[in-house]
Amino acid sequence: MLQIKNLHATVDGNEILRGIDLEVGAGEVHAIMGPNGSGKSTLARVLAGHPDYEVTAGSVTYRGLDLLEMEPEVRACEGIFLAFQYPVEIPGVNNAYFLKAAVNSIRKYRGLPEYDAMEFLAIVKDKIKLLGMDQTLMQRPVNDGFSGGEKKRNEIFQMSVLEPTLAVLDETDSGLDIDALRVVAEGVNSLRSPERSTIVITHYQRLLNYIEPDFVHVLSEGRIVRSGGRELALELEAKGYTWIESDRSAAELAVV
Amino acid sequence: MATSTTRAAGPTPFLDYFPVLAQPEPAWLAELRAVARSRYAELGIPTSSDEDWRFTPVGDIATTGFTASTDSSAPLAEGVTRSAGELVGPSAASLVFVNGHFAPALSTRGVVPGVSVMTFAEALAERSDDLRNALGRAAKFDNASFTALNAAAFSNGAVVFVGASVEVKEPIHIVNVGGGELQPQAAHTRALVILAKGASATVVETFVSANAEDVHLTNAVSEYVLGEGASVDHYRVQLENFEAYHIGTTGIVVGRDANFRSHNVTFGGFLTRNDFTSLLDGDGGECTLNGVYIANGKRLVANHTTIDHARPHCNSHEVYKGILDDRGRGVFNGKIFVRIDAQKTDAKQTNQTLLLSDDAQLNTKPQLEIFADDVKCTHGATVGQLSADALFYLRARGIAEPEARTILVQAFIGDVLDRIRVEPLRAALGAKVPELLAFKTGCEIPLDGGPPQCR
Ligand SMILES: Nc1ncnc2c1ncn2[C@@H]1O[C@H](COP(=O)(O)OP(=O)(O)OP(=O)(O)O)[C@@H](O)[C@H]1O
Ligand SMILES: [Mg+2]
Repeated sequence: MLQIKNLHATVDGNEILRGIDLEVGAGEVHAIMGPNGSGKSTLARVLAGHPDYEVTAGSVTYRGLDLLEMEPEVRACEGIFLAFQYPVEIPGVNNAYFLKAAVNSIRKYRGLPEYDAMEFLAIVKDKIKLLGMDQTLMQRPVNDGFSGGEKKRNEIFQMSVLEPTLAVLDETDSGLDIDALRVVAEGVNSLRSPERSTIVITHYQRLLNYIEPDFVHVLSEGRIVRSGGRELALELEAKGYTWIESDRSAAELAVV
Repeated sequence: MATSTTRAAGPTPFLDYFPVLAQPEPAWLAELRAVARSRYAELGIPTSSDEDWRFTPVGDIATTGFTASTDSSAPLAEGVTRSAGELVGPSAASLVFVNGHFAPALSTRGVVPGVSVMTFAEALAERSDDLRNALGRAAKFDNASFTALNAAAFSNGAVVFVGASVEVKEPIHIVNVGGGELQPQAAHTRALVILAKGASATVVETFVSANAEDVHLTNAVSEYVLGEGASVDHYRVQLENFEAYHIGTTGIVVGRDANFRSHNVTFGGFLTRNDFTSLLDGDGGECTLNGVYIANGKRLVANHTTIDHARPHCNSHEVYKGILDDRGRGVFNGKIFVRIDAQKTDAKQTNQTLLLSDDAQLNTKPQLEIFADDVKCTHGATVGQLSADALFYLRARGIAEPEARTILVQAFIGDVLDRIRVEPLRAALGAKVPELLAFKTGCEIPLDGGPPQCR
């Protein structure tokens, strides 16, 4: 599904990603954890094609395609979805209108007929119910004045409508109460299939109780410093990141 | 409250070429025209030394060699008139003027009891006294040379009387078509709308061109006089070609408890200057002046508004939004006067501009002069660019960049367009935004003017 090789990326001349290697197979769920500022969101944005980030070395292959060559909208049309850590407020753009434009843009790209208003409504209605979304949010401007939890739910709602092949969730669990967390997890799990993969960026083991990862990676200073199974998340929860970091500096010292 | 300045008289084209109504005019009108003509001769076309025209260079108007045809070329205007009609949908009446001349074949007039929709020529014959009382009341020419020129030279126009308590449900549409002749045309057209006590109406003034290429000049003066408790929904829709020069003057007198709501949309023209002057002349009056414009290519759109609070307990609201792209230029000048008697005035002015290009230029200036002490007046101006974050968010959801830009630009002016109550018009204007900004079409507006070049 996704092969990231020796990925280096800079923003405003600062190198943030310093050689990421990661392979995500079809149907797998990978969790990425790591301290604040370690580059988790940067990795997510680079995968989504944010124009502020410059890839200086390495490659990303997505379903055999050179991902880095694609415009952000093409990546989305090819099935990549980024749930933003901080969803953007867009005053003046109706949430339903926006989502319909997104769905139809993707359908058009795939050579499928565009949905009319009725068809779109029918699809959306089910998902709203599934996610326990407040109906009125659909008729409000995108994320404008939404609470933190409403914004996150909106991301998951969009994801469930767009049905991505590779979803990257950037701290979608942060700031959620336990009910909302469950809803988010259900949204993710309902999409789980042998053809779809998910990268979950999180600081908290509790989300991983609901979305069980196949692999857990720890990102530190722009590199993946440790990978393991789901037990790694438990260990991190118990011990924090410092043991890994000190581990690593010990290893680095050994090399020198 | 008019300011009078001594100025170097500008050039005075048109002086020896004054087409007037093709019929004998009453003495009072001849007199008015003579006074207007000599005032125009004194003032001339404004020059850059005139503070009020500093950012609106209209010198080309004097040198282009505009002439005025003596008759309308109605057949040429048929197509554009039909499109203009579709903008508005079903109308109570539609009067079409081509280069300032009435085109009866293109016009329709239903019968609405208590309402007369006439040409100036007809009104002169039937209601000369009413005209005499109202003409020039709302749009004065003492210090406005184009208004003086119009008063001296107007060839025809629309006159609307709405009787007491009469409610006109469907819009009254006044369509002005310019160009379509061998020579660059100048049209000095006029509209006069008078509402008696408690009357209400919707009036749409639409300005279009016969084709995309012809240079033409519109010098339009519209006057609205609202009696006690009257209410007007006014739309000024300027969709002329990108070669046109457009000087639009709208004068409004709002009576006691009357309400004038205006939406001034400028999507066309090479150089456009709109002047709105609203006098709140009775207690409890209300005036909304909203505007939306797009200036791209090398186009210029200047909006000057004056809201004159002369009486207490009046409200005014004003939101002007502009989109500037390429080397477009925008000018906004918003004057609010609150006279000493106008206690309890509530006036709010907002001017927001979206810059889509580094080469675009904006001059914005609020000007509040407040002489009463118990008032609420606010104004604010913002200039911004499209949010890069919002753009990325839309693209990350699969929406291609041009469409994403379009969505954001439409959102920027959406709150103003949403207040348009004529539904087909609201939809049609919203749809014109991407067309104009060429995001979708891959068209570009040449920097030296001219129609869009499409790939
Ligand atoms: N535009 C920018 N200019 C300079 N530095 C930036 C920019 N954007 C991000 N950074 C820096 O890049 C580093 C990584 O940021 P990133 O957002 O990827 O961290 P993160 O792992 O997602 O952290 P968190 O857990 O707090 O979300 C941080 O040090 C941040 O300050
Ligand atoms: Mg982050």
